[in-house]
Amino acid sequence: MQDIFSLLSFSEGGWGSALAAGTLVTLTLALTTLPVGIFLGLAVALMARSRSPRVRAAATVFTTIFRGLPELLTLLIVYYGGQILIQRLMAAMGYEGQIQINAFLAGVIAFGLVLAAFSSEVWMGALNTIQRGQYEAASALGLSKWLSFRLVVFPQLMRAALPGLSNNWLTLLKDTSLISTISLVDIMRQTNLAVGATKQPMVFYLTACFIYLLLSAGSGLAFTFLERRANRGHVRG
Amino acid sequence: MFRDLLGLVIDLDLLDRYGWRFLEGVGVTAQLVAISFTLGSILGLLLGLARLSNRRALRWLSGAYVYFFRGSPLLAQLFLLYYGLGSLRTLWTDLGLWWFFREAWYCALLAFTLNTAAYQAEIFRGGIQAVPRGQREAAAALGMHKVVTFVKVIFPQAMIVALRPLGNELILMVKASAIASLVTIYDLMGVTKLAFSRSYNFELYLWAAVLYLLIVECIRRLWAVLERRLTRHLRAGELQPVQTTWLSRMTKSVLNPNAQ
Repeated sequence: MQDIFSLLSFSEGGWGSALAAGTLVTLTLALTTLPVGIFLGLAVALMARSRSPRVRAAATVFTTIFRGLPELLTLLIVYYGGQILIQRLMAAMGYEGQIQINAFLAGVIAFGLVLAAFSSEVWMGALNTIQRGQYEAASALGLSKWLSFRLVVFPQLMRAALPGLSNNWLTLLKDTSLISTISLVDIMRQTNLAVGATKQPMVFYLTACFIYLLLSAGSGLAFTFLERRANRGHVRG
Repeated sequence: MFRDLLGLVIDLDLLDRYGWRFLEGVGVTAQLVAISFTLGSILGLLLGLARLSNRRALRWLSGAYVYFFRGSPLLAQLFLLYYGLGSLRTLWTDLGLWWFFREAWYCALLAFTLNTAAYQAEIFRGGIQAVPRGQREAAAALGMHKVVTFVKVIFPQAMIVALRPLGNELILMVKASAIASLVTIYDLMGVTKLAFSRSYNFELYLWAAVLYLLIVECIRRLWAVLERRLTRHLRAGELQPVQTTWLSRMTKSVLNPNAQ
């Protein structure tokens, strides 16, 4: 038992600070991806309501692809595909040489696309809860399209979308563990390294699971707060 | 002729070299998902019932189980089972279970089963809770046994609510199964990575993407048929269109061989 504590301690020979650093990387990645993914998702949801059938079709194709592909495959396609694409572009411009695409950036793009596809469904459901009268009233008040979206539609949208978005966030948080496969040193990667060095897989993989559980629990609290805030002007019934 | 047309879209050389392996990969993925989803739904149903039990200990235990498996990544769970439990070699040898924990295949099956069971438990619980109270009371008034009530009255109605989320969960499982490739299993993803490491041809990843999308689309179609069938009594009044696609004919004869 003493062993386990010293393995996880923050002092010399312990892996505590390494795991904490990994947690920070996971959180940074997830928090950077979150705004990218949900706002892209909102854009896709608005596209799906467009009057032009071509724009609508583009939205459908986007969600079908990124909801249907395994996250691991999306990540590898972005990572290797991006590398090849940039290499070709650079070669066309006369630069020959190896280019390594940043794993963090690949993660933000890949997970952002997946999050956009899933959150667009949430946004679409939320958009349906807003009655026509709200738009009409806003335009009767002389608000521009953008202002009426920002001041009238969006606050109501957030209220309806938050529970769904919180699910999306929890999925994202867990999906980021896949980034360890392209050697970004997040919780999972740090755990793998610790296991390699100490030969204590039980201890460290359990610890990793509990760190993710803690992060999920913490997010739960944050979302309860946000939901209360979003509902503060809302009278039930 | 067909080959020439195919050659316009994909690299034929690559197809000859890796085509069969990809199909085998699809087979492995399908097996992995089918087995773990089926076992997971049995365990999930039991867990869902435990979540609704009158015994506090059962409720608490199943709640903790669901919270653990839904709150941590499948990747961490798989590694915990394969590397973690797999490191306790002497224990498993003594118990005569070493053959199980030695194999990545069984570990992946176990990890996926345990994981999907947690998600399915919540789906079944929601479905069972959605059945109106009066149904249970009416069955009790008729003197039906608790088990009979569940099998004949509650479960079929719960399934109508549960079917759609179960389909989503199946699709999520197909996607999640790609993780098995990280513990040396040659599923579709594993085959793709192997072939890519040999040929460095990026096209292979796009094949995998198309194949995964096809699998997901097939499941969606199949689920739509299942849903129509399970809810057919709800549409008794309306005129039913005559279905004549080969898919519906086939599923009809599979699901209900006596009716002709």
